[in-house]
Amino acid sequence: MTGAESGQVTWGATELFVSHGRTVALRGVSLSAPAGQVTAVVGGDGAGKTTLLRCMAGSLAPGSGTVRRPPKERSGYFPASSGIYEDLTVAENLDFRANGYGLPRQVGRDRAAEYLERAGLSAASGRLAGQLSGGMRQKLAVIAAMLHHPDLLVLDEPTTGVDPVSRSGLWWLIARAAAEGCAVVLATTYLDEAERCTAVLVLDEGTELVSGSPEQIVAAMPGVLRAVPFKPEGEAAARAWRRAGRWRRWDPLSGQDTDQAPVGRGGVITPDLQDAVTVAALARQVGQDSDPGPAVLAGQHQGGAA
Amino acid sequence: MWAMIVKEFRQLRRDRRTLAMMIVMPVILLVVLGYAASFDVKTVTVAVSGPQASVVAGLLRSPSFDITQIAPGQGRTWAQDRLRDGNDQMAVVTGGTKPLVLIDGSQLFAARAALTYLAALEHRFSGAPGAAGGGTGSGLPVTPKVVILYNPGLTTSDIMIPGLCGVVLVFVGTIITSLGVVRERQSGTLEQLAVMPLRPRDVFLGKIVPYFAVATVDLAIVLAVGVAIFGVPFRGSPAAFALGALMFLFVTLGIGVLISSVSQNQGQAIQLAFMTLLPQVLLSGLIFPLSSIAAGVRWIAYLLPLTYFNEISRGIMLRAEPIASLWQPFVFLAVLGAVVVTGATLRFRAYLAPAGRERGRKAAPVTQGAAA
Repeated sequence: MTGAESGQVTWGATELFVSHGRTVALRGVSLSAPAGQVTAVVGGDGAGKTTLLRCMAGSLAPGSGTVRRPPKERSGYFPASSGIYEDLTVAENLDFRANGYGLPRQVGRDRAAEYLERAGLSAASGRLAGQLSGGMRQKLAVIAAMLHHPDLLVLDEPTTGVDPVSRSGLWWLIARAAAEGCAVVLATTYLDEAERCTAVLVLDEGTELVSGSPEQIVAAMPGVLRAVPFKPEGEAAARAWRRAGRWRRWDPLSGQDTDQAPVGRGGVITPDLQDAVTVAALARQVGQDSDPGPAVLAGQHQGGAA
Repeated sequence: MWAMIVKEFRQLRRDRRTLAMMIVMPVILLVVLGYAASFDVKTVTVAVSGPQASVVAGLLRSPSFDITQIAPGQGRTWAQDRLRDGNDQMAVVTGGTKPLVLIDGSQLFAARAALTYLAALEHRFSGAPGAAGGGTGSGLPVTPKVVILYNPGLTTSDIMIPGLCGVVLVFVGTIITSLGVVRERQSGTLEQLAVMPLRPRDVFLGKIVPYFAVATVDLAIVLAVGVAIFGVPFRGSPAAFALGALMFLFVTLGIGVLISSVSQNQGQAIQLAFMTLLPQVLLSGLIFPLSSIAAGVRWIAYLLPLTYFNEISRGIMLRAEPIASLWQPFVFLAVLGAVVVTGATLRFRAYLAPAGRERGRKAAPVTQGAAA
């Protein structure tokens, strides 16, 4: 707690194994969440994002591995179910949280008012949370999770299903928490959102696919990526996917070959994070078996409020 | 329509509890009601006191009367105490010009049966004078003086309302509480509670105190209406009654929390709550006298908290039974309460604190796990 203000504390998890019955949800996943930064956990449905976040928030004990997190009163959690009481008003929900975390009455009220104002929810403060639109409810849930200025804020897909305007409102709140020295861990299926985070951990079927800063992940992409107008034929079809009306084709070449195919020649392009993550998933698939299948990452998303 | 039927059967097959209830419930109801649903009291328990106690006991001895005590050295006070404490349903005091028959009106069906059997006995004596002890010179008159205590009019509301207090408490305690707790699970807010710095005990108590308050108000209303409108007497100690109600409420709230902890949604909670409510209404002695319930089913009655609360509320309200003679139901309620509340707290804790090892309000960062 002491180091949080100075941004030196790093929360996180090491070598987590979690199984739900016979299903293994996490296999040796590690995460590092430095104070003052936003760390994204990316992955498709069933990749293990929620399990990892629940371990970070303390609502699930890992089978093995260690979790390093602040004590309960210094953590904030936005569960996948949002944790908001639909039959309480916006103000009553925040009041309950402020009380539960032992905030002095006036402090809780002032903070709630400020966050609601910045998130454009002031007018809704007397409305029942169940009557709010999806985006408004998500914003309320994020405010509720960060009201007590936690050292670690764990957000499970706060922006899923939210319109672009509300998403930017949510990102304002998230950036605000990080600026105050909070370590934010955020699960998302949107890679354009992950791109704006300091660090990204991509999960695939309970294991780490890639991790690092978005730049590092892009730089580490093996092989060559081309943008081609048509779907490639033959064996290369398994390494191609459609994006923005064109086709991406990835060729797992050696580093030397890459030099021979510079950007701009033969359709070779510079990958972005989404390309790099898709390639990582493909590379794993190709490595595991030669059976062509759909792109692994389910949550590929374009546009939105980047 | 076929599509609808197929879909419905598929859903029904997944919802095993509903299916089980649809099949098992009628069978249980049939068996329980078949054995339990009887207002007939075949044997009335009788205590006899006074100088001619043995003689009278001999006269009374029949399948209809079960003589429990013969006390020639005792008088009316003793006999009345036997009734007040619920030991016997009828008492005969000899020694006066006429034997005095005291009947406990708070046991409505037993009292009615006692009157019927007495009348039959009188008829027998008047039909055959001197046949039984008439010539012994003891001067036994054939028409005793009959006094019905506690509920002289033998009105149904007098015995129903003390029991209904219990039903109201079961309703609020079990059904409403289980719904309230399971709602947290269904809406996903339980996970939020689990990570907040609240101890499981805080959550448990915080969750049940409001229901406790509402149930108390409910109880007060039922009592007030019963006394004011239906003229039900309240003769005993309000403090003893309050203690009994408190203990009973504790048990029912605990059952409510237990039910919610094994239910995934409100529908399941309602089903389970009704499955605990129904036997309590049918078997606790609220409607059918306990002694009329077949022994094979009666043991269930002794597992139900309402059985004990009924004894307490009727005893205190109608007969002014002192707490000392009610120690048995109080002890059983306490035992049931301890078992149920311990179970509920443990279940609740397991479900609130999956992280387990972390408790209290440590200020230090938590490192959790290992054991790889």
